[in-house]
Amino acid sequence: MWSPTGSTTIRTVGPPGSNSRFLADWLPPPCPLWRQPFFSFAFWRRSEFPRPVPRDDPIVQSSATTSPPLSPAATRAAPAKLECRGVWKLFGAGAERYSVRDPNATDSGKLAAAGLVGAVRDVNLAVRDGEIFVIMGLSGSGKSTLVRCLSRLVEPTAGEILFNGENLLAAGDKRMIEIRRHSMGMVFQHFALLPHLSVLGNVAFPLEVQGMARAAREDRAREMIELVGLGGREGFFPRELSGGQQQRVGIARSLAVEPELWFLDEPFSALDPLIRQEMQDEFMRLQSVLKKTIVFITHDFDEAIRLADRIAIMKDGAVVQLGTPEDLVMNPATDYVAEFTKNVTRAKVVRVASVMEAATAAGEGTPTIAATATVSQAAGLFSDGVSTVTVLGAHGQPAGRLTRDAVVNVLMLG
Amino acid sequence: MTAPLAIQTETATTATAPPPAASQSAPGGRWPARLLWGIALAAFILLWQFGKPVADWAFKVPRDWRIPAQRWISDAMRWLLDEASFGLFTFTDLTRFIAGAIEAPYRFILGLLSTGILDGRGSSATQLLPPLSWIAVIGVAMLIGHYAGGRRLAALVGGCFAFLAVFGQWSAAMVTLASILIAVPIGILGGLLLGLAAFRWRPVEAALRPLLDLMQTVPVFAYLVPILFLFGFGPSSAIIATIVYALPPMTRISLLALRAVPEEAHELGRMTGCSKRQMTWRILVPSAMPGLMVGVNQVIMLSLNMVIIASMIGAGGLGFEVLAALRRLDIGAGFEAGLAIVALAIALDRLSQAFAARRPHHESAEERERSIAKRHPYLASGVALILISTLAGLVSAPLQAYPEALQISSGTIGSDIVGWINVHFFDQLEAVKNTLLLNVLIPFKRFLTGLPWIGVVGLLALAGFRLGGWRLALTAAALSALIALTGQWEKAMITVYLCGISVAIACLIGVPVGILAAGRERLWKAVELVIDTLQTLPSFVYLMPAVMLFRVGDFTAMIAVVAYAVAPAIRYTAYGLRRVDPHLIEAGIAAGATPWQLLTKVRLKLALPEILLGLNQTIMLALSMLVITALVGTRDLGQEVYIALTKADTGRGLVAGLAVAFIAIIADRLISAGAARLRVRLGLATAEEIR
Repeated sequence: MWSPTGSTTIRTVGPPGSNSRFLADWLPPPCPLWRQPFFSFAFWRRSEFPRPVPRDDPIVQSSATTSPPLSPAATRAAPAKLECRGVWKLFGAGAERYSVRDPNATDSGKLAAAGLVGAVRDVNLAVRDGEIFVIMGLSGSGKSTLVRCLSRLVEPTAGEILFNGENLLAAGDKRMIEIRRHSMGMVFQHFALLPHLSVLGNVAFPLEVQGMARAAREDRAREMIELVGLGGREGFFPRELSGGQQQRVGIARSLAVEPELWFLDEPFSALDPLIRQEMQDEFMRLQSVLKKTIVFITHDFDEAIRLADRIAIMKDGAVVQLGTPEDLVMNPATDYVAEFTKNVTRAKVVRVASVMEAATAAGEGTPTIAATATVSQAAGLFSDGVSTVTVLGAHGQPAGRLTRDAVVNVLMLG
Repeated sequence: MTAPLAIQTETATTATAPPPAASQSAPGGRWPARLLWGIALAAFILLWQFGKPVADWAFKVPRDWRIPAQRWISDAMRWLLDEASFGLFTFTDLTRFIAGAIEAPYRFILGLLSTGILDGRGSSATQLLPPLSWIAVIGVAMLIGHYAGGRRLAALVGGCFAFLAVFGQWSAAMVTLASILIAVPIGILGGLLLGLAAFRWRPVEAALRPLLDLMQTVPVFAYLVPILFLFGFGPSSAIIATIVYALPPMTRISLLALRAVPEEAHELGRMTGCSKRQMTWRILVPSAMPGLMVGVNQVIMLSLNMVIIASMIGAGGLGFEVLAALRRLDIGAGFEAGLAIVALAIALDRLSQAFAARRPHHESAEERERSIAKRHPYLASGVALILISTLAGLVSAPLQAYPEALQISSGTIGSDIVGWINVHFFDQLEAVKNTLLLNVLIPFKRFLTGLPWIGVVGLLALAGFRLGGWRLALTAAALSALIALTGQWEKAMITVYLCGISVAIACLIGVPVGILAAGRERLWKAVELVIDTLQTLPSFVYLMPAVMLFRVGDFTAMIAVVAYAVAPAIRYTAYGLRRVDPHLIEAGIAAGATPWQLLTKVRLKLALPEILLGLNQTIMLALSMLVITALVGTRDLGQEVYIALTKADTGRGLVAGLAVAFIAIIADRLISAGAARLRVRLGLATAEEIR
């Protein structure tokens, strides 16, 4: 799990001879402020990042009644950047002609009888501007096919995909090339680095394809390499780098075109667990700076709740539940979802706002905590005999009161 | 007419029995399959033993059934030469234009390496510029070697080129090198483009596949005549024949390498918004580069293989030296020229491999600031070397051309050794030869030539059906029937007999050697060197000692074929054994297997598919060598091709050549299908993958 200070997982990964530590020291020089834990990801995320509450998603909604409303900033839903309406992807001979509009023809038995496999079945979701949207599912659940439908690497059988309101499925080849060149970036599971190009060449590749002049694209690529902490290795070739470093190159490359929409297809699955954790931290740091709209694919539920603003869980091509990590953990919609959530430590997911009591005035001399903090973050404040903590809303106004009992209750849940 | 009809129903059982019985047994059912084979064999033997008086047509194709393919092909050729036209220009104009387009750069390179840049032609030519001196060529080759693979490679390449000079093969070798330098780039580019086209368009692949099969299996002799007619006698015809020969592997390997590019690389290309051209040249081709380099290497090696045969139609060079030596049975000269080809092959092979393995080196900022000469040290020193050596060559003749006084020759040593063996062991050799001839070769030949063709066609179809289903059965039946109907049956059977015996002996030698060498690293290195040499030595070279020891005839041909074809049997056996998953061997040892059990129950079993592929390769090489052994008086299809070549009879040569190709294709398809089935049964692949 990530730690609230964001700087406890420091590990030396630099080249031999360089002592640069991962999170703190590899940050680009123009932003020395980031070295402060104060500016760590947790700070950004908990206090300033708008955390939308899903309200009108067409999928099972589990939390609307149980969670009390969050601060005004958190409830203000950002507009949808990418919207996916009734998307189907069938594989098999004659898939194009199969009518998924007929409600009688869409159960798996009927599809199997027609010799088809429903890799993506009637998916509706909206990814909002600036959020990290995680699509989680086990292998074969259709998550990779779905993300390829979203980027139109795979042609969906039916449905609509709206990017900034424009239906991608209606876009011609020219328009798609245009959109991909300037508005989308993608990180691949196995990095997909071109072996004959150096780090610089790989990162500059998308710009080269656009026809940007050499000097300009290399400057931009150097910036990106600096940003992901690989400064000084521009001349290396992919095989000379470790897996984690290769994926940093992949990330830098996908960011080189300054995409509005950033796809990450299981970016850390091919990495060792320790490196994976570092990369997750690094990813959150980048996001705190860049604030991209992100679609992140993973098969790892821990990774999903660690990174996500919202998660869609997929099974057999369909989304079984869509919600914030807290929603999923506290109110799993199906046994399938519960299977994933049962081992998650509740206190690390549940927000203070969910368990606080209503109160309008601040208690005298009590510690304070933000409404968006997790219970486990708040727990430390009760250590020296404090019985209540004042909860503050997004603008620092008192929003409620958190009691020791409420915290203990959550901790007891495991 | 009643008698043949009766037989027809009998033979019909061999030909048409498979489908109903097999469809019941489908996959896995062993008993019905055996029953089926039993019935088919019984019918075959009945026909073979008792069919002759009743149905002579089953043994000898009646004259009026024959397809006059020879005449058709000859007529088509005549039409192409005399009448075909594109309106503005004729077909012959086009081919002569191509020949000219190839000849111009060839003349230039030849001038650089051998003759000097000339003004005018023939005897009236005057030299404008001398050719590169031997010192310059060796130096440049060493520089390239150093650039690609460091000091060791530079020394090796230098050694190989020095060998050419010291053994007096320099000028011939430079002629060969010039034609290689022209043929190889054309072959590589053509193969890559064809591979790309096949990769992008399925129909192109479907059309290309059988064409490539034919290009690889039709003996070169067979298409020399039409190439001569179309492109004229001279180096460009030889270069074109070389390209035809070397192109198919490059095409196949390109296609494989392009297919092996990971899906993510395609997705990367699409996500970054690559156009089709960018996708091909910036993503696919660079990503497939390691695989493509294997193809480049193949093109170089095959082109070198081809130089001898090409010398028959005017390529000159080392091939011509070997051929001339063979004609006067000068074993020493032939062997030297042969070794010169090997030296050239080793140098070019190692260079291309080093380029394939070369890791790009990253230029630091300070390096970029230096002067041009310092930034490109190899280019600079190469240019300097050429300038200095040319100037020195003008002053002193030995610096221009390697002095004859310093040349070495093995002279008559080779012939002397053979002569000595002949004097002292003539009777023993003769006894071995006669025993084998009388007890093995001749009975087997009689047996094969006595078989009824229709029965053989039926059995081949049945084998095809059992191994690979309907399509394979049809292919095998149709191709073998075509051989019979074009009147080539008897000669084809002699080919099969020689090829079969040689392959059996090659496997008897090759498989045990492969097993021995597989586990021993040092022995393997030595064996690898020997078989590499065996494969690069021009096939003609094998003929000479064999002819001198055993005179002309089938036995001599067999010895030469075995020597040439043993390499893949060794190589694939060792390769298959070395590729067996070490965990499985550990599991075998842990289960307490003795080394013998380990070999027979684990290693050989799992290596069997590879060994089968080795067998396949052995057959292919044996067939290609068989055509060459026509020079020592065999009576098979190779002889037919050779006669056609001397008579410049396009139709006759191509028909016989196609018959050889059909035999090769049938063997290849049956064995590949068998290997694929075996892989499935051993759990090394799934049935879907094979399909």
